[in-house]
Amino acid sequence: MRVEMRIDGETAAADIDRPGESLLSTLRDRLGLYGTKNACEQGECGSCTVLLDGDPVCSCLVATAQCEGREVKTVVGAVPRPVRDAFIACGAVQCGFCTPGLLVSVADLLDREDDPSDAVIREALAGNLCRCTGYEKIIDAVHAAAEAMAGAPPVRAADATEATP
Amino acid sequence: MTAPAAPPFHRPADLDEALRLLAAHPEAVPVAGGTDLMVAVNYRRTRPAAMLDLTRIEALRAWSDEGDAIRLGSGVPYTRICAELATVLPGLAAAARTVGSPQIRNRGTLGGNLATASPAGDGHPPLLATGADIEIASTGGTRTVPVAEFFTGPKRSVLAPGELITSVIVPKAAGPQQFLKVGTRNAMVIAVCSLAVALDLDTRRLGTGIGSAGPTPLTAPEAALIELPWTRPGLFNDALADEFGRRVAAAARPIDDVRGTAAYRRHALAVCAARALRRVWTAAHGTETTR
Ligand SMILES: Cc1cc2nc3c(=O)[nH]c(=O)nc-3n(C[C@H](O)[C@H](O)[C@H](O)COP(=O)(O)OP(=O)(O)OC[C@H]3O[C@@H](n4cnc5c(N)ncnc54)[C@H](O)[C@@H]3O)c2cc1C
Ligand code: FES
Ligand code: FES
Repeated sequence: MRVEMRIDGETAAADIDRPGESLLSTLRDRLGLYGTKNACEQGECGSCTVLLDGDPVCSCLVATAQCEGREVKTVVGAVPRPVRDAFIACGAVQCGFCTPGLLVSVADLLDREDDPSDAVIREALAGNLCRCTGYEKIIDAVHAAAEAMAGAPPVRAADATEATP
Repeated sequence: MTAPAAPPFHRPADLDEALRLLAAHPEAVPVAGGTDLMVAVNYRRTRPAAMLDLTRIEALRAWSDEGDAIRLGSGVPYTRICAELATVLPGLAAAARTVGSPQIRNRGTLGGNLATASPAGDGHPPLLATGADIEIASTGGTRTVPVAEFFTGPKRSVLAPGELITSVIVPKAAGPQQFLKVGTRNAMVIAVCSLAVALDLDTRRLGTGIGSAGPTPLTAPEAALIELPWTRPGLFNDALADEFGRRVAAAARPIDDVRGTAAYRRHALAVCAARALRRVWTAAHGTETTR
């Protein structure tokens, strides 16, 4: 069964052979798009977070066949440059496994809130686990990104020239 | 050479088509947010031969104002319940806000919560406390089941093959409501126990719903009948709140499991219930209570 969707701004088609195949499996195992990480396949860790029609979701819990005609944005296409820069500048990345999912969640948060408080950040990132950083530096990075983006028109990574994290 | 058979994945555009497909393909497993089903699929606990997507059916993703109640489509995700219905359905919205994480709330639905029928489903206590009705449809017609009659056992309900939950009719709040959930974290937890309380200032009635402390979600009828000082609200006191807590704890039928012991659940429910009653009473009457 062929499913067509848009992934990071481009048309993509996947031929799936079981109805329960997850969007995460399709992205990684069929389409070779490895930006989205797999760490639990049960919705707990958020490493697989993508935007589906603009909303952060766990791609491991979405059936690919549900995505026909939908818009998927991964870490490649969802994240403004200042968010990525802030993560590096603030030391919010250690092993980096959680990072793509966190970047997508942070991009969504900053799209909705210009200057989120710590409490709002913690609630927005509650579904993204990080085994390394202890979260404090991630929260610093969100504040730094918010500051960098204040006033500046949003530039999505997909629109920028060098877009591969 | 023939092409491999396409995996049957049905994508009905409306409810009638969905019900017809379900009748014709009884093996097709409905999927809404996938937050229960896909975990089972990923872990090979189930291997659906066919699936039926509910997320394209507009009628299931809408809610409407019916005067005294909200008719809430079974496929409205939790995020929208929180954002759009917190004023009219505060108890349900408070429970929705505790479900999983933002990612889970963007997908998870009340229809999936009810169909899964876990005793720990966070949507259930507020529906019990407000006396909601579940609307169920099949090609044979539509029936309405009071939520208190919906659950028949752990992960079991009156839902029959070929049936879909279409909407939940939730009475609008007629007074303060509370939802309290005990867990190890403020996110991503299956409740150790949970409690919903709804105070109806028009009928002077109290509604209760207990989660994760019995084979099904439960009400606490004896607790709901506690005599409240309606004519002199200032007479409300801690002894009354504690008595309510004892009655709620007595209504629970908890077991020991990995998340907690039965004794702890009863204790926590008593504390939650006393606290919830104090909060709703104070919110309704502005009376000073000791805590
Ligand atoms: C990480 C994580 C955290 C979670 N945290 C919580 C939590 O805090 N509290 C909580 O209560 N739950 C929690 N859950 C469980 C789950 O998110 C909820 O039960 C949710 O409401 C399920 O809805 P869904 O639309 O995703 O259901 P799906 O997975 O799509 O479906 C679940 C079942 O219901 C059936 N179904 C779905 N819709 C209908 C319908 N309209 N009619 C008939 N049958 C239907 C499906 O066939 C399937 O059997 C969590 C899950 C995960 C993965
Ligand atoms: S891999 Fe999807 S949430 Fe962990
Ligand atoms: S940096 Fe290692 S899990 Fe977050």
